[in-house]
Amino acid sequence: MEFGIVELSRLQFAMTAMYHFLFVPLTLGLSIILAIMETVYVMTNRPIWRQMVKFWGTLFGINFVLGVATGITMEFQFGMNWSYYSHYVGDIFGAPLAIEGLMAFFLEATFVGLFFFGWDKLSKQAHLAVTWLVAIGSNFSALWILIANGWMQNPVGAEFNPQTMRMEMTNFFEVLFNEVAQAKFVHTVSAGYVTASVFVIGVSAWYLLKGRHIELSRRSITVAAAFGLASAFSVVLLGDESGYSATHSQKMKLAAMEGMWHTETAPASFTLIGLPDQEARETKYALHIPVVMGLIGTRSLTTDIPGITELVASAEDRIRSGIIAYDALMHIREARDAADPAVMATFEEHSADLGFAFLLRKYIDDPRLATEEQIVAASNDTVPTVWPLFWAFRIMVALGFGFIGTMAYFFWRASFRQMHFPRWSLRLAVVMIPAPWIAAEMGWFVAEFGRQPWTVDGILPTAMSVSALSMTEVAITLAGFVLFYTVLFVIEMGLMLKYIRKGPFQDVEETEAWVKRHQNRLAGRQDADAIAVAAE
Amino acid sequence: MILHELMSYELLRVIWWGLLGVLLIGFALTDGFDMGVGALLPFVARTDVERRIAINTVGPVWEGNQVWFILGGGAIFAAWPPLYAVSFSGFYLAMFVILAAFIVRPVAFKYRSKRDDPRWRSSWDWALFASGAVPALLFGVAVGNVIQGVPFHFTDDLHTIYEGAWYMKFIGLLDPFSLLAGLVSLAMLVMHGAAWLTLKAEGPVQIRARAIGSVAALVAVAGYALAGVWLAFGIEGFRIMGDYATGGPSNPLHFEVERTASWLTAYSDRPWIMVAPVMGILGGLLTFLGLRAGREVSTLLVSKMAILGVISSVGLTMFPFIMPSSSDPQSSLTVWNSSSSHLTLFVMLICTAIFMPLILIYTAWVYKVLWGKVTEADVTGNSHSVY
Repeated sequence: MEFGIVELSRLQFAMTAMYHFLFVPLTLGLSIILAIMETVYVMTNRPIWRQMVKFWGTLFGINFVLGVATGITMEFQFGMNWSYYSHYVGDIFGAPLAIEGLMAFFLEATFVGLFFFGWDKLSKQAHLAVTWLVAIGSNFSALWILIANGWMQNPVGAEFNPQTMRMEMTNFFEVLFNEVAQAKFVHTVSAGYVTASVFVIGVSAWYLLKGRHIELSRRSITVAAAFGLASAFSVVLLGDESGYSATHSQKMKLAAMEGMWHTETAPASFTLIGLPDQEARETKYALHIPVVMGLIGTRSLTTDIPGITELVASAEDRIRSGIIAYDALMHIREARDAADPAVMATFEEHSADLGFAFLLRKYIDDPRLATEEQIVAASNDTVPTVWPLFWAFRIMVALGFGFIGTMAYFFWRASFRQMHFPRWSLRLAVVMIPAPWIAAEMGWFVAEFGRQPWTVDGILPTAMSVSALSMTEVAITLAGFVLFYTVLFVIEMGLMLKYIRKGPFQDVEETEAWVKRHQNRLAGRQDADAIAVAAE
Repeated sequence: MILHELMSYELLRVIWWGLLGVLLIGFALTDGFDMGVGALLPFVARTDVERRIAINTVGPVWEGNQVWFILGGGAIFAAWPPLYAVSFSGFYLAMFVILAAFIVRPVAFKYRSKRDDPRWRSSWDWALFASGAVPALLFGVAVGNVIQGVPFHFTDDLHTIYEGAWYMKFIGLLDPFSLLAGLVSLAMLVMHGAAWLTLKAEGPVQIRARAIGSVAALVAVAGYALAGVWLAFGIEGFRIMGDYATGGPSNPLHFEVERTASWLTAYSDRPWIMVAPVMGILGGLLTFLGLRAGREVSTLLVSKMAILGVISSVGLTMFPFIMPSSSDPQSSLTVWNSSSSHLTLFVMLICTAIFMPLILIYTAWVYKVLWGKVTEADVTGNSHSVY
């Protein structure tokens, strides 16, 4: 593959997006866990729960700020590196981004300051409300971002306007209730909840292994395991829902993830593992499980799932149809308002395939002059590189099932074994901390790499979306990001580890006194308790 | 989806032009004092306690303030996609510098006081200074460039092409007029930051802020007046030629544009817009007097008036132009040719009408909760929940 401005811009976007998503899942999940913990505090009035909120809140803050900072990069990048994309789909894609700011990010960012600074300035109930608003704001943010991203995967509610040379919105509600977006939203926030649960359990397990902060850690694990178990089920089931919706909207992505080179007669089998070979269009040493793929993809035993070879053939048809649309577009554009109705009708008929004609831009400026070889080459370009998708998907799914198992185990120990956790399980919990991040990054990789060669599926090829920049400029900013982000990552990890080592440091005396009273109470020494209370 | 026909495309465009101004002004009024405080930090606060006082005056609110900037970007993307595409890719390297500042600043606020090491803290203090002063300057430089026109053109497919070598996207922006605009912007936000510190701090931090702020106010007023004279005699304006549709498709290539002798003819066409520069100059002078006299709340209000006047004067003078092209005037972006579709503008307006009042209400509530001075006792006695 030649390395040009498109590849460099893609590398930059992938790098900054994946870096951004190191911080997002923890923000999504930990904000809810904080709100749950504070709810328990307000209901029971036990100071240990406030200490838990403040301790996990400190770690939340260290993480949150980098999520905010790196999120700005994402917003800037569309205009900076992908200006044709911005022009071409801004009418639809920009709206959810702006609504995210209006409805969600403003809420989250305005109240997060009070979450940290408001403990002495607000009543308990008001502070609890603030914490919930931060959590709700974060999660609504994810909703709107995923509506925007969902539209790139499944561009509904929009059509091409020849006068403005761009896609324009025709139905806002279709964009909003896009089935792909909704499935992705629940899948993504659930992944965030799992991430935060694994993080809370892992850090607490480390304390328990060290014999520190026992009360705080056991309670934290109890909350995180219950929350995490529900979320782990949700992330796997909704991931499956994403697969189901991809069957309608992104057949090529699905086929590539499965290494399904040819249409199988229904119900298709699921390839558990194997070695995909792009050249030969086959998956070697494949281990199949019968029927499963048909069930996941179509929820039926009789519907076929198309394979890559068949999809390439249909892409070739669509390219030919797209060339007709392109030709009509050129006539309409020249005539402006006075276009011939017959040409308009031709355009309407073929406009859905216009994007496929743009795939030829890689080879020739005017798609109408494309040769047969170029059309065949362009249709072959619609196949993403299979093996990374195939493997990334399998790693993600395996980790997903691993989370269900781990969460179920900790939930069982916390609920039915008096919060007693064997040492091996605590060590496992510490080692597992990075796993949800790996799963989340793999998931995004599958979603975005699997959409190639498109930025907006079937509408706008990635190669056409970039800004007219020089390699030097993009290389400078890429180098800047690498340097900058590496330094920030080192600083962030340093602070995270420092504050984890330090442990809870707020409300210490009050909490310890309460813990003592509480243990006495559990030991049945009510009289001692009364003395302790009287002594305060 | 017929409801949107109730409002004409033309009216929606004008409303969104106004909302773009509201967002930019909202950003300058709120995040503006954060940047001003950052730029003032090394000069108004010498000891660690003083610096923490200055930082904690904005500590609980900078996150919300910064969202005005993010929302501004999002609204440009959603309501003015060609403007977003042209400006972000055209000012590529300058945008990267601003972006870097907006990444560093939150981190600096949040991480600075998390370690006791003096070198750690002073590094972050300089980061706060740079990430306040540099964008404050560059925003003005960008406005200076937009007033003079930016060298770009559209292809037939509406690809945007920026003329000139890549480094001109940064060096080329720094012409004398734009640098003057940058100076006005920096001085204005320093003035605003000083007004904020006067309200929220006391003791030496407040005294120094008042001294520096009053100088900044005079510089801002003088620079702004000078830029006005420059505009009258040294800079050409733009004009759309012939009959044109204000409710037609958003395609810049459908319009004919020519250069005119000066932008300031707008003031004879629409004399009422004089109110904006008058507010700018008057606000700046009153801020100077307020800082001198040690007035607190009223100084912040007149400082806001100055910013409101200065920023809106730029938009009102250029209307209907948003981003003219110096190399190919026909490619210029105006209110009539670079908006989103009729439906998108309408949907976005409904969302704004619902959420903007809510934002203003809860933001006001947060500021009310946080009302009062940040004192030495606050930062030394309470070091776990402040920066």
